[in-house]
Amino acid sequence: MRFRAKIVDLACLNHFSRIINTIAKLAKTCILRLTVCKLYFILSDKVANGGASMWCELSQGNFFDEFQMEGVAAEHNEIYLELVPENLSRALKTAQSAKAVKIKLTNKHCPCLRVAVELPSLSSSSRIVTHDIPVGVIPRRMWNDFKEPSVPDFDVSIYLPVLKTMKSVVERMKNLSNFIVIEANLSGEMNLKIETDLVSVTTHFKDLGNPPWASEDGCQSSTQGRDLESMAEACIDIKKLQQLLAGQQVNPTKALCNIVRKRIVHFILLHEEVSLQYFIPAIA
Amino acid sequence: LSRIGDELYLEPTESGLSLRAVNSSRSAFASFLFAPLFFQLYELGSTGPDTEVFRCKVHMKSFLGVFRSLPSLEKSVGKCLILLKPRASRLVLQLHCKHGVTKTHNLAFQECERLQAVFDTQRCASRLCAPARVLAEAVVHFPPTLAEVTLGTGPGGKISLRNYVEDEAEQSKTMVTELWLAEDEFQSVAVAPGSHITFCLKEFRGLLSFAEASNLPLTIHFDEPGRPVVFTLDDTVLEVHLVLATLSDLESNSQSPSTNGVSHLPAPSDDFADDLESYMVAMETSEGGSGGPPSPTFPLRTPRPAESDPEEEEEEEEEEGAVPGTPPHKKFRSLFFGSVMTPGRPGPATTQEVLAEDSDGEC
Repeated sequence: MRFRAKIVDLACLNHFSRIINTIAKLAKTCILRLTVCKLYFILSDKVANGGASMWCELSQGNFFDEFQMEGVAAEHNEIYLELVPENLSRALKTAQSAKAVKIKLTNKHCPCLRVAVELPSLSSSSRIVTHDIPVGVIPRRMWNDFKEPSVPDFDVSIYLPVLKTMKSVVERMKNLSNFIVIEANLSGEMNLKIETDLVSVTTHFKDLGNPPWASEDGCQSSTQGRDLESMAEACIDIKKLQQLLAGQQVNPTKALCNIVRKRIVHFILLHEEVSLQYFIPAIA
Repeated sequence: LSRIGDELYLEPTESGLSLRAVNSSRSAFASFLFAPLFFQLYELGSTGPDTEVFRCKVHMKSFLGVFRSLPSLEKSVGKCLILLKPRASRLVLQLHCKHGVTKTHNLAFQECERLQAVFDTQRCASRLCAPARVLAEAVVHFPPTLAEVTLGTGPGGKISLRNYVEDEAEQSKTMVTELWLAEDEFQSVAVAPGSHITFCLKEFRGLLSFAEASNLPLTIHFDEPGRPVVFTLDDTVLEVHLVLATLSDLESNSQSPSTNGVSHLPAPSDDFADDLESYMVAMETSEGGSGGPPSPTFPLRTPRPAESDPEEEEEEEEEEGAVPGTPPHKKFRSLFFGSVMTPGRPGPATTQEVLAEDSDGEC
């Protein structure tokens, strides 16, 4: 099992760091899955995470100048590592002016991801900073726990409002309540609602648009029969929503959510080189 | 000084006004000596062979409160007068401001004993001098909350800084960051090969920001682990010393070689592209299994059997008598502080181990 990769381009490094920062805001510990072409950051819906789960996927070719991976076995050419993304975020934080960043899987006293940053210096040789991030190697038999979650059979799918606006609304609501109700319909309308003993606040968004989803059997009849005005709602932990919005450092190309009435809200944020899916279960 | 202690010690002497502080666990001491030339006017009170030097301490917060906002002080204050009135038990700080406004602050002080950590930079085996900027850039890679850092020397004259992880249990969970600096980044390097010391980064950061702001090069004097590290800044009118206790090596010998590994590692060479690969490969191969015996090539670290037992006992005694608030698990030795005014008086200082026998004449 070997892994080594190198980033030389500062813009790629910057972009990669921002993705890691976003992941670090969403999960204290997560799984990094390495394949020949892609990297995945996975958080599975254990109770410890409050039931929220995450699937983030990026193509390595968009970030790394060199990427060599040899998985656990020829027919399972992948590596699954458990790590604390905050460590990776900190290691990359002071690397923003680096000449090169190398990441390598090592195993001296314990398995680590070694991030080596070569920094420019006034002296004849570069400064080198290494960060050894302890990781846990996930054995092959547990890989099934981390499969890509399927898109739920949603009642409504809708594009999100401008994330910055949504974030500031949710942040203020967070001061008043621990739970927030997200409801939306197929006419491009979404409401964010909180209700406490003293006050209830609702923010209305309209003209958001609903993404077209081709259903698997090729027909779109499932949506045609539905009442376009009817709202599908789910009550979720406001902190989870706030973390998701606060972690977004760049506006995504596409941002949408799928709501399964009273069950789960599935957020999809797409950027050019990375896609992030975040599932927040509804509170009963 | 406020990053070190809660009380500001003032000692006016013929060589200038000395401001000092010490932390509660007595593992950090700092002194700033402003020469008479630093001031527009410097007058010692009546001193003669019979008059003792007057020393006092004030609450750090009260003193700092007078100089609260530097930018507005710079704009409005023309002169500052510092006056010690022993008979009135007051330290007077008078700010002469624009528009004829005078602000007078009377601070209560306490007379005190001489605060002097005993150290001798001449006796330190190793010395490094670097512009403050280089050290500040090095320290930025470590998290702001990091407590201890290990400074070490490696082959090729490289100097390393590495975060120190205390327990073995923590080592498999904590990220370890290590930075290598080339010899030519320093203004001077005179170090004993294979030497390393571990000290508290938090207390050092305060001095580092002062050094950066005043653009003065910083000199680091160190010796064996356990002996204090002395940081100095020198200027024509200002002499600064920061003395920090370092982690004694009795503990580090029982830890896994990763902390000792600072000296094992071949320093990364200049051609990063290929040599980082070999550096990383070399790191993997040179550090074998954990828990090996200390390397015989670094004799400085071999504990001297005759001294080790009494040293350990003394440490435990110190810890029992430690000031509440001293973290009990820290194996930093307290600095030895100069004995009180009357020589030969038995006091708590004498039960501490002497880390440096002679105090130098600098402070």
